[in-house]
Amino acid sequence: MSEPQPLLEVQDLVKHFPIRGGVLSRVVGHVRAVDGVSFAVRRGRTLGLVGESGCGKTTTGRTLLRLLEPTGGRVFFDGIAVHSLEARSLRALRRRMQIIFQDPYGSLDPRMTVGGIVGEPLSAYGEARGRERRRLVGELLERVGLSASYVNHYPHEFSGGQRQRIGIARALALKPNFVVCDEPVSALDVSIQAQIINLLADLQDERGISYLFISHDLGVVEHISHDVAVMYQGLIVEMAPRDELYARPFHPYTKVLLAAIPVPDPEMKGQSEGPPGQVSSAMGPTTGCPFYPRCAAGDERCRAAVPDLREVAPGHFVRCVNA
Amino acid sequence: MAEALLRVRDLATHFHTEGGVARAVDGVSFEIERGQMFCLVGESGCGKSVTALSIMQLVPSPPGRIVSGSVMLAGEDLLRLPPGQMRRIRGEKIGMVFQEPMTALNPVFTIGSQITEAIRAHREASRAEAARMAVDMLERVRIPDPSRCMGLYPHEMSGGMLQRAMIAMALVCRPVLLIADEPTTALDVTIQAGILRLLDDLRRELGMSVLLITHDLGVVAQVADVVAVMYAGQIVEYADVKTVFADPLHPYMISLLRSLPTLGTRKKKLDAIAGQVPDPRRFPEGCRFHPRCYMAAPECSRVNPELREVRTGHRAACIRLEGYWQPGSSPPVAPVTQPRERARDV
Amino acid sequence: MNEELVTTQARSLWAEAWHRLRRNRLAMVCLAVISVYFVLGLLDMIPVARTIGTGEARTRVEGTLVDWIFARGVGEVTKEESYVPPGEGTHVLGTDIQGLDILYKSVKGISTAVVLGLGTAAIYIPLGLLFGIVAGFFGGLVDDLIVYVYSTLACIPGILLLIALMTVMGKGTPQLCIAMGVTNWVGLCRLIRGETLKLREADYVLAARAVGAGPFRTIFLHLVPNVFHIVIIAFTLGFSGIVMSEAVLTYLGVGVEADTISWGMMISTANMELTRHPVVWWQFVSSAVALLMLVLAFNVFGDALRDALDPRLRTE
Repeated sequence: MSEPQPLLEVQDLVKHFPIRGGVLSRVVGHVRAVDGVSFAVRRGRTLGLVGESGCGKTTTGRTLLRLLEPTGGRVFFDGIAVHSLEARSLRALRRRMQIIFQDPYGSLDPRMTVGGIVGEPLSAYGEARGRERRRLVGELLERVGLSASYVNHYPHEFSGGQRQRIGIARALALKPNFVVCDEPVSALDVSIQAQIINLLADLQDERGISYLFISHDLGVVEHISHDVAVMYQGLIVEMAPRDELYARPFHPYTKVLLAAIPVPDPEMKGQSEGPPGQVSSAMGPTTGCPFYPRCAAGDERCRAAVPDLREVAPGHFVRCVNA
Repeated sequence: MAEALLRVRDLATHFHTEGGVARAVDGVSFEIERGQMFCLVGESGCGKSVTALSIMQLVPSPPGRIVSGSVMLAGEDLLRLPPGQMRRIRGEKIGMVFQEPMTALNPVFTIGSQITEAIRAHREASRAEAARMAVDMLERVRIPDPSRCMGLYPHEMSGGMLQRAMIAMALVCRPVLLIADEPTTALDVTIQAGILRLLDDLRRELGMSVLLITHDLGVVAQVADVVAVMYAGQIVEYADVKTVFADPLHPYMISLLRSLPTLGTRKKKLDAIAGQVPDPRRFPEGCRFHPRCYMAAPECSRVNPELREVRTGHRAACIRLEGYWQPGSSPPVAPVTQPRERARDV
Repeated sequence: MNEELVTTQARSLWAEAWHRLRRNRLAMVCLAVISVYFVLGLLDMIPVARTIGTGEARTRVEGTLVDWIFARGVGEVTKEESYVPPGEGTHVLGTDIQGLDILYKSVKGISTAVVLGLGTAAIYIPLGLLFGIVAGFFGGLVDDLIVYVYSTLACIPGILLLIALMTVMGKGTPQLCIAMGVTNWVGLCRLIRGETLKLREADYVLAARAVGAGPFRTIFLHLVPNVFHIVIIAFTLGFSGIVMSEAVLTYLGVGVEADTISWGMMISTANMELTRHPVVWWQFVSSAVALLMLVLAFNVFGDALRDALDPRLRTE
């Protein structure tokens, strides 16, 4: 008895950004933002994608929706090959895959009313007009916890948390099956984060929406995800069901991430310091494991080649020769 | 009992905006002892950054104004000093580190030149001497290869390294007080721990006090000695760090701890605090937290509680707490013996 | 249910900018001055027929309201003396060589200036906006092409290009509008292109794509409203430049037609009038002052407008 086919399957997704230099703006190199990433998101479930700044998680989210064009790889949404769809079909498919952005201040057009913003998907796809549209917009606002009377107001009149709700309402307008949540609570106050996380979880229970939840905060991710993938410099270094990952992290980077989170408990002071060095830029040629320069347990094999993802326990994949 | 290094009394800073007067800091008092790590914690809009700016007298003055209070640094009231003297204090006696190292440093000068300039602005030193002192300081903040770092420009350095350089610049004249405003918020979590550890070590090595401003309770728990929790321009809870986390009294602090999605907790639903931080131009009547408080009583909308010692060494601003009222006085509302909903399920 | 809003009255960013502007008294004074000018200019566009002459020689003449108020007309033979200095007789500002009242001419000059300013704007604003947005939004080859065109255009000294165009097209107000419109769009285009390049990366533009907006929808609903403040500022500050250009071009002989009354025309006669003996200064001074006041008002107001519309000064 096999599991139903996952809603989203990503295979070896690659996104490189060219670096131009020289007088004639020639391409002198590439930023390998996403360098071969594979994962699957089950229906009605959340995959948490965790990593620090520059690891490529945001780029992954945008590339799989083809808001950025992939350099390589395959993306299958409900069996449909997203990566090779032509423009019209892609646009039609977009109704089912939406995105919520990190910055509540930049993701809403400051000169549009809230009603205009939330109703834009409906207008763009010709789904509803006039009174019907207004009614739907009102319903969406109410569902995310805002009063329908806010339709004529402008984004700058709202707080960060409220703006994020507006963004969620917009993403829900077309009744998507899948939403990429790109650090949706990182820019919000702690006491508001919980509200938004609860809202997203409720919506998932209610509507069976799948999420790719991108975050740098392992605490938040633990709460909302069913599966978790850890990214480092464009690669997934560990992936497992949530409980498994937090209970038995294998990859040195995952362990370091977990240990570095400051726990709000003074009795647990003196947690380990982060690894030495910084995330280096994903630009130069690298051979071997990207984490090797900062890894406490690296050896010659690590320098030689990038390790493959291996299954070390059921459903638990690690990219490390020492795991 | 040694006299406190920094004593802030009834500090109030207001901003005049088109929508009204924003009472960003509204009657804040605290003390920082020598060598102590003091944490001012609260969410955005609570007034913690404005407090720091007020101490340094860097509040932008047309909209903002320090309307009352005193800031005694080793006996001298900073608010009464003429601007020239205050300028000397900044840098020599008080150092400051900000949240975004990229914007705090001048992008067209090298790190080395900026630090040496900071040194030479405050004391007599030749370029060579100042450069030596700069390298020395960079080494102290654990930057690898400090001499090479002197020649780097800000954009050539990573966030964590830049923040270390900022700390070096702030400490170069050995201030007695370092004010760090969200120093790790813009940094990755694996870098954060290192910076916090650095601040703590430097505090001990140099014998200075640190006023650390943050919204992250995890950070507070890791490094603070004393904690003051701010909400809507006022301090609502004030005690040493172990006490505040083990036995929080104020409902805001309790709710905050409960709403954190911390590792290891697998609740079905997070306990969010309903509502949002009030607009500083329009605070609610009475206790400013009461519209969002789970144990609000009708009296709470009439009284804005002042900070009082509810238990030994533990101050809170809530009229519903037992111990808030003097024995023999009649409190306007029945106190709860133990604030319900403990911070953590053990 | 959730939190309440700070204000119950919806306030768009434009409304907030207007409130900010209103509190700037100097700007409001300048706005009043500009309004007065525009009203007077408007009066000069209302056609009114007048009857002149007496008895047998009565004729109906076409003119404007201003003509009717002053009971004069361009090119009419008048019995007034020429070169009457200000103050003498009924002429507050004196008369010119034909005996035409200087005050009358100064007021008539307003409508010329207004027509020129608006007419030129009607040409360069759509051009600059269109090319700027297209270049910034689509990038690539389209952008390269547009940048190439305007960079080349900008290399030609403005005044020479204007003279050349006017020489080819001949003198006249519509021709001036076209010539100045064609040379003025470059500055606006650059600004719009720069702003568009910046806005293109904004999350809300990406969000629009994610919810199905095509390029046209994105451009008209998202980009244009967010660059429009630049258009407004450019128009306000550019108006005075246009009016002054007319003065220069007319002085050089390639401006308005000879029978049009404009400040440029009045100033250009200063050449002869100021070297005369006795000096006739009042035509020159009146037109220069009229021109100056309008230019000053526009510049001061434009600066205040820019401050009010500056996105960075927006309160978050």
